[in-house]
Amino acid sequence: MSIQEIQEEIVDEFSMFDDWMQRYEYMIELGKSLPLIDGQYKTEDNLIKGCQSKVWVHAELDGDKLVFTADSDAIITKGIIAILIRAFSNQKPQDIIDADTAFIDEIGLKEHLSPTRANGLVSMIKQLKLYAVAYQTQLN
Amino acid sequence: MLQTALDIQTIRKDFPILNREVNGQPLVYLDNAATSQTPQQVIDAIVDYYHRYNANIHRGVHSLSQEATDAYELARQKIQKHFNIGKTHEVIFTSGTTHGINLVATGFTSFLKKGDEIMVSAMEHHSNIVPWQMLCERTGATLKVIPMNLDGELIMEEYHRLLNDKTKLVFCNHVSNALGTINPIEEIIDAAHKVGAAVLIDGAQAAAHIKADLQALDVDFYTVSAHKMCGPTGVGMLYGKEEWLKKLPPYQGGGEMIAEVTFEKTTYADLPHKFEAGTPNICGGIAFGAALDYMENIGFDAIAQYEDELLQYATKQLLTIEGLRIYGTAKHKTSVISFNIEGIHPYDIGTILDKLGIAVRTGHHCAQPIMDFYKIPGTVRASFSFYNTQEEVDKLVEGVKRAKKMLL
Repeated sequence: MSIQEIQEEIVDEFSMFDDWMQRYEYMIELGKSLPLIDGQYKTEDNLIKGCQSKVWVHAELDGDKLVFTADSDAIITKGIIAILIRAFSNQKPQDIIDADTAFIDEIGLKEHLSPTRANGLVSMIKQLKLYAVAYQTQLN
Repeated sequence: MLQTALDIQTIRKDFPILNREVNGQPLVYLDNAATSQTPQQVIDAIVDYYHRYNANIHRGVHSLSQEATDAYELARQKIQKHFNIGKTHEVIFTSGTTHGINLVATGFTSFLKKGDEIMVSAMEHHSNIVPWQMLCERTGATLKVIPMNLDGELIMEEYHRLLNDKTKLVFCNHVSNALGTINPIEEIIDAAHKVGAAVLIDGAQAAAHIKADLQALDVDFYTVSAHKMCGPTGVGMLYGKEEWLKKLPPYQGGGEMIAEVTFEKTTYADLPHKFEAGTPNICGGIAFGAALDYMENIGFDAIAQYEDELLQYATKQLLTIEGLRIYGTAKHKTSVISFNIEGIHPYDIGTILDKLGIAVRTGHHCAQPIMDFYKIPGTVRASFSFYNTQEEVDKLVEGVKRAKKMLL
């Protein structure tokens, strides 16, 4: 599936929820259920320092596709990461570079994408795209 | 019901912001240690200034300038009276506590040499650590730290042991922003003076709860921010003993702080203007005065008593939640509760509480050494003011329970 299709699928899933409680509960479930990152990659180098919660991101190529793994010490942040990983992992670097993140807004999590929100998520998306740029260069 | 002489519901009507909703829920504002809310009386003082007499001060011959100058200087006198400061010119208007600390730290550069020691407490805000580290870098002085115990109280025996004739300056907060501990500043000041060291007390977190008598304390410097005590942001005061303020060099050069200027030499203005370069936050200073009037009118004794009741009640209720640990269990505390729930990141709790309309602070509270001491990434901090109610405490407790259920 393309990034666009996955994002639409996620938006569909979230549209079933009536209120923020259900959305957050689902996100927390996603955060809890996903084994996100191999312990050896939870290094200082892979750490994106948000103000409050820690976020680690690791990327590696699998053929011509980029695979992301990530983790956070805060469960809500981890849930959002799980959503981002689902949308962006296992995709071609160029597609990741071109993708937008408006779907986060559509699933009612806009506040988490504010650059002033101290959760490191904006930095995380930036980091995903930077990895994509770096690996795209490598593929070229 | 809590016993109080204060009519909280009437007081709450003074604060328009308390009527608003957040995320569809009535706002429960429990981030008062970060900034307090502003009563209508202070908002009116701000509006009145811009409506009627906005002008630059201390230089105009015209009437508006005179009115603004009078109002600004009246505010200085209100601050003097409130903190029982001996001389009006010992009150320096600043942009806030951080400004006050930096003014003193920079000024001390010329008084310190290699081998001198300066001392800070283990529970300081970064703003009362970094300027002194910078001072040490400039002068070669050494920074010593007064340790604290697990309750979040300074270990005073260690303090007395660390003090010696090389100690030139001691700085400590009156109240810890992260833990709420009220520090024994009388003892700290007296002991420092015995070895000839000066003392700066950061009063930012104390000012809204404790009316400090600066002459009785015999402190050398004391600094506060107006926005923690119902005033606006961007204004505060630094008190300095006259003898120190005369000795300290000016912090910034500019207009207002000079007596005479030629290209060969400038002579500085008398106190307090020597430290007030440039056009100050005139409206802010006047509003600071209005905020003191407002709080004085309610009464600091009544405020302290009621906030303590809120603190005791909230502490008791929160501790009924299994796995909840409070950081900062000093015997003497202001109405601040820092806590965590085992297995949950403070950021997650803060996020859920926000969805419920409850504003708390989460994170390291600009006091990373304290978090390192407890080996935690941060805490959830609820801080109460005199306009908070018992019902709001109940909402907090319910909110935390709900968050715990969702997150664990």
